[in-house]
Amino acid sequence: MVALIPYITLAWLVPAFPLVGFLITSLAKNKLKHNQAGIIASTMVALSFITSVFLFFILNSSGQDSATLTLFNWVSAGDLKIPFALLIDHLSLVMMLIITGIGALIHIYSIGYMRDDERVNSFFAQMNLFTFSMLLLVMGANYLILFIGWEGVGFCSYLLIGFWFKNPAFNYAARKAFVMNRIGDLGFILGIILLFFTFKSVSFNEVFSQAATLQSGAPILTLITLLLLVGAVGKSAQIPLFTWLPDAMAGPTPVSALIHAATMVTAGIYMIARSSILYNLAPITSNVMIILGLTTAIITAIVGLRQNDIKKVLAYSTVSQLGYMFLALGLGAYSAAIFHVTTHAFFKALLFLGAGSIIHAMGGEQDIRKMGGLRSKMPITFLTFLIATLAISGIPPFSGFFSKDLILTKAFEISPWLYALALGGALITCFYMFRLFYLVFFGNQRLSSAHPHESPRVMTVPLMVLSVLSLFGGFLNIPALFGGDSGFENFLHKAVTSKESGEISSATEVGLIIVSLSLLGIIIVLAYRTYVKKSTVPAADGAPSSLIARIVANKFYLDEIFAALIEKPFGRLSDFLFKSVEVKVLDSAVDGVGTLTSRLGSLVRRLQQGNISFYLFAMVAGILLFIIFILFV
Amino acid sequence: MKELSSAIQLIPLENYIFLSVALFSIGMMGVLFRRNTIAILMCLELMFNSVNLLLTAFSAYHSDPSGQVFVFFIMIVAAAEVAVGLSIVVMMKRNVDSIDINLLNRLKW
Repeated sequence: MVALIPYITLAWLVPAFPLVGFLITSLAKNKLKHNQAGIIASTMVALSFITSVFLFFILNSSGQDSATLTLFNWVSAGDLKIPFALLIDHLSLVMMLIITGIGALIHIYSIGYMRDDERVNSFFAQMNLFTFSMLLLVMGANYLILFIGWEGVGFCSYLLIGFWFKNPAFNYAARKAFVMNRIGDLGFILGIILLFFTFKSVSFNEVFSQAATLQSGAPILTLITLLLLVGAVGKSAQIPLFTWLPDAMAGPTPVSALIHAATMVTAGIYMIARSSILYNLAPITSNVMIILGLTTAIITAIVGLRQNDIKKVLAYSTVSQLGYMFLALGLGAYSAAIFHVTTHAFFKALLFLGAGSIIHAMGGEQDIRKMGGLRSKMPITFLTFLIATLAISGIPPFSGFFSKDLILTKAFEISPWLYALALGGALITCFYMFRLFYLVFFGNQRLSSAHPHESPRVMTVPLMVLSVLSLFGGFLNIPALFGGDSGFENFLHKAVTSKESGEISSATEVGLIIVSLSLLGIIIVLAYRTYVKKSTVPAADGAPSSLIARIVANKFYLDEIFAALIEKPFGRLSDFLFKSVEVKVLDSAVDGVGTLTSRLGSLVRRLQQGNISFYLFAMVAGILLFIIFILFV
Repeated sequence: MKELSSAIQLIPLENYIFLSVALFSIGMMGVLFRRNTIAILMCLELMFNSVNLLLTAFSAYHSDPSGQVFVFFIMIVAAAEVAVGLSIVVMMKRNVDSIDINLLNRLKW
């Protein structure tokens, strides 16, 4: 029995604040004036953030590694005992700080961004509900509570992607996201059931302590981890289930920043890092993750090269970065993956919010071919966007450099080929990000009807805060090479068990960094010459282009392949089942039972003559027959 | 109580059985073949009381008072039943101006 840390019971306040915010803003949404909902919602998330910071210091000063807070007994049936418990340890604290911290900034930004929307109150209600579910996801002390949060964020994501539901295409995107997540969730829940079957518990502590006694590579563990991985692949948009994420950009831009960049899509990464003990014992699953992550990272980066919608470019880069996180997970570098989640949350939220600011300024235009020359018109957005672009490209000393370099180094420890592929993906990332950056901010304005202007203070202040984080976030984890102490990794060490990896000499490490930096420099110059010096503008959609370019622009025809392989056969199967099985077999069977019963009824009711003497006679005769039967048979 | 019990036992048990079988058969025949509803109700009472008689006799022969307790229950139920039955007969007389059981044939589909 671990002694309770004072004040740690306040942890329930962290998810409670957004829940209260959701209740207020949704129940009183017709009473609230236009901006009140935003202020209430932002305050609630900010309060949640303050509580998380408080918990962070309490846990650190207590000297303990984790604390479990049982709120009430939720399920109790036979062997199955599931308390509604929250787990506060270093991993969940990092996630809580990201969710509430970045979440609060995005909520504040949304006050400005969503000002002119008529359903702004519903928007904030749904955002708060999302924050609540996400906090439940990372704070749950067993897989079932994690699953509630998991489904909750999926549902809120559906609502918010389809927020502008009057557009049928947006509704379709929301439905696509929901269905693809459901496919993953099926694997996830099967994994949880199998976990309970194997360990007779779904609580993290018990499962992990029992799993530690199992042999590495046990088939049951491989199966469990693969099933959980299916859930993570759906939620974190990996191949083959990633196509929903680019379409999810139909939602308002703050939604893309909060849900589809910083928090929800990293839920899969969190879940795998949380189950690090299981994954350490399943080498096959780890290899699958390496392959999945690397393929996703490179393929989606290539697709990103040909996208012309500012949000689509960012969406593909998100998928690509998630691929890097999966690569890190597969390599057993769980804390590196979480570190990349953290820095990615900083700079990708900044990129999305910056994109929102640009879209706002351009009057809703999202096509980067029509932008240009925004550098002087929007200086704050320009500067913050530059910082984020440098960060995602991995230029030191911006945060992305530290996290991406960590993953690349881990890849090199396994195999130089892995490193080369991962570096290739990173170079492509750098190119399309600078392509986007140059096209938007340099050259001349190509759409004459728009009158770009800098966004209001309520939108630029979150941008500035995030750019500071993107700039200095990497210093949380300075590697030993630069005289640091890898503080972030050591902090997480108590919560996740990373695999031991072979050390490489610092000379090699310096060499790798120099190689990658010089290549990045060449790429940036190349992008500059193409898009600024020659001021190339990507061709219009209908323009003739080479076969490869067409394949890339059409996302490798993945949507079409899915449609042909799954959607159409499934539709035909449903049609067949409806027309022959449902109508002919099931319907006639059900109707037949009804007809038979009523026919029998009309046959038997002739006995019912209404003659009481006959009834009495029948009764006596029946009793006599009964007695004879008992006595003589 | 003792004297009563021994007084009952003065007559052999067979005689009680014969008597109640006779009573029961008479009641049953009446129920089956009479057309007067009041007569049918009276025959029902006859059947009840033949059973009561048998219960009392067995109770005395076995020295077990629970048989007599049952008799009281049956009497209560019979009283209630007669109340309901007679009120039905009254309603029948008012509606069809007869108490012939064969006229009461509307209780059908």
